[in-house]
Amino acid sequence: MDVIETLKTLWQDSGFQSFFVDGGWKNLIMIIISCVLLYLGIKKKFEPLLLVGIAFGCLLVNLSYFGPESSDALYHPDLWSNFLDPNHADYHSYGAIMAHGGLLDILYIGVKAGIYPSLIFMGVGAMTDFGPLISNPKSLLLGAAAQMGVFLAFIGAVCLGFTGEEAASIGIIGGADGPTAIFLTTRLAPHLLGPIAIAAYSYMALIPMIQPPLMNLLTTEKERKVKMEQNRTVSKTEKIIFPIIVAMFVILLLPSTAPLVGCLMLGNLWRECGVTERLSDTVQNALMNIVTVFLGISVGATTAANSFLNLKTLMIIVLGLTAFAFSTIGGLLVGKIMYKLSGGKINPLIGSAGVSAVPMAARVSQTVGQKANPSNFLLMHAMGPNVAGVIGSAIAAGFLLAVFK
Amino acid sequence: MLDRFYMLRDLSIGEAAGTAIFGYCVVFFGLILLMIVLYCTGAYFKSKDEKAAAEAKAALENVAKEVEANPLTVTPADAPKAPGSAGHVKLHGVPDKEAAMIMAIVADQMKKPINELHFISIKEVK
Repeated sequence: MDVIETLKTLWQDSGFQSFFVDGGWKNLIMIIISCVLLYLGIKKKFEPLLLVGIAFGCLLVNLSYFGPESSDALYHPDLWSNFLDPNHADYHSYGAIMAHGGLLDILYIGVKAGIYPSLIFMGVGAMTDFGPLISNPKSLLLGAAAQMGVFLAFIGAVCLGFTGEEAASIGIIGGADGPTAIFLTTRLAPHLLGPIAIAAYSYMALIPMIQPPLMNLLTTEKERKVKMEQNRTVSKTEKIIFPIIVAMFVILLLPSTAPLVGCLMLGNLWRECGVTERLSDTVQNALMNIVTVFLGISVGATTAANSFLNLKTLMIIVLGLTAFAFSTIGGLLVGKIMYKLSGGKINPLIGSAGVSAVPMAARVSQTVGQKANPSNFLLMHAMGPNVAGVIGSAIAAGFLLAVFK
Repeated sequence: MLDRFYMLRDLSIGEAAGTAIFGYCVVFFGLILLMIVLYCTGAYFKSKDEKAAAEAKAALENVAKEVEANPLTVTPADAPKAPGSAGHVKLHGVPDKEAAMIMAIVADQMKKPINELHFISIKEVK
C-alpha cells in the first residue's frame, strides 16, 4: 500500500480540503452562521424547537455539500434545480430525488410537496382555542389589518428588483407565520426558502423586542391603560361549528388556501368535537413533534453556501424586518380606530397581536398593557386578533398564490 | 448588482402596488365576511342561551312556589340545576373555599374550562 498516495486520496476526499478550493470559504462562513443560530436557539431560546433543527440542517449541508461533485452530500441543491427546470429530464421527478438524493433531499420532499407546513397547521389548529375570536368577531378586523406588512414588503421587494413570485414569498414573512411562509415560498420561490424561513422564525422569536417600541410609540398612556370588558362565554356547539364555517367560507373564497386552512380547521374540529380526543392529542403532540423534526432539518438544508451567501439574503432579512414592523403598525392603527369608535372601550394594544405568531404576540400585548396598568389583563382579548391573524395570513398567502402560481 | 436585479424584474412598481392594495382588500373582505357569519351564529346561540336561561329561571320560580306551598315534599335534590351548573359536588371535610380552590387548580392543570368539568365529590385524605 502506498501510504502517501492513500493519505493524498483521503485528504482529497475530506471536507477539509474543500474549504480551500472553489469558494469553499463560503461553507466555512455558513458553518459559523449555523453555530450562531444554534447559540441563539439553545442559549437565547429563540424559537428553539425549530431554530435548533434549522441551524443543524444548515451545519450538515455546509459540511457535506461543496458543489455538484459532492456525491455524498446530505442535500443536493443541483438536484432540486433540475427538478424545477422544465427543460431537464428530471423536471418534477421525485424518482430522481429518491434515486440520487441524500437523506435531507428525501426529507425535503415533504416541504416541497407542502406536507409539513399543512401538518404543522393541523397541530396549531388542535392547540388553538378560537373561543376569544368567536366571542369577539371584531378581532378579525385586527387580524386583517395586521397583514399590512405583507403587502408593503411585497411592494418593497419589487422595488428592490425581486420578481413577483420572490416578492410575494418575502412579503409573507410579515404574516409572522412560519408554516405559511414555508408553504408559499416552496410554491413560488423555492430557491429563497432558506433565507425566508430563517428570517421568519428569527423575527418571530424577536417579537418581544420588535413590537413593544412600536406599541409605545403609536399609543398613548391613556390608551394603553384601557381595561376591556370580559367577553361572553362561548358554547361548545359554537366552537364545533366554527371550524366548519371557516373552512367552508375561506376555501370557497380562495381555494388555494385549502391545504393550510383545511388542516388548521380539521385540527381544531378534532380538538373541539369532544369525540376524537386521541386524534387531537396525537396531532398536538406526537405528530407535531415529528413534523417539526423533519421541517426544521430539511429547511436548514436549503442554506447551502453558494445559494445563501448573496445580496438577496441580506435584502430578505431587511425586508422581513420591515414586513414585521408594518404588520404590527397596521394592527395598532386599526386598534386605535376601534378605540375611538368604541368610545375608549377597546385597548389598541391588542391590535399588534394581529400578526399571527401565536401566542407570543398576544403575550406581548398583555405585558405592555400590564406595564401601563398593573390590573390590566389583555391576554384573552389579544388572543382573538392573534388567531384571526393566522387565518388572515393564510388568506394573504392564498391570494398571492392565486396571483403568482 | 442591483442593475441585474432590475433587469430580472417582471412586475412594475405600479402593478405591484395595485396587486398589494387589491390583496389587502381581499384579506379584509374575507375576514369581514367571516365576521358577519360569526355575528349571525353568535346572535343565534345567544338568543338560544337566553331562552334556556329564561326557562331555567321559570322552573326555579315554580320550585320556589312549590316549596312555599308544601315545604316538606320538595328536597334540594329535586330542584333544577342553575344554568351552566354541572350538578352538586359532595364535600367530605372540605370547606367551600378550599373546594373552589381545588376545582380551579384541577381545571388549570387539565387545561380545561372549569364549566366543562363535572366534580362528583371532594374528600379530605388524612
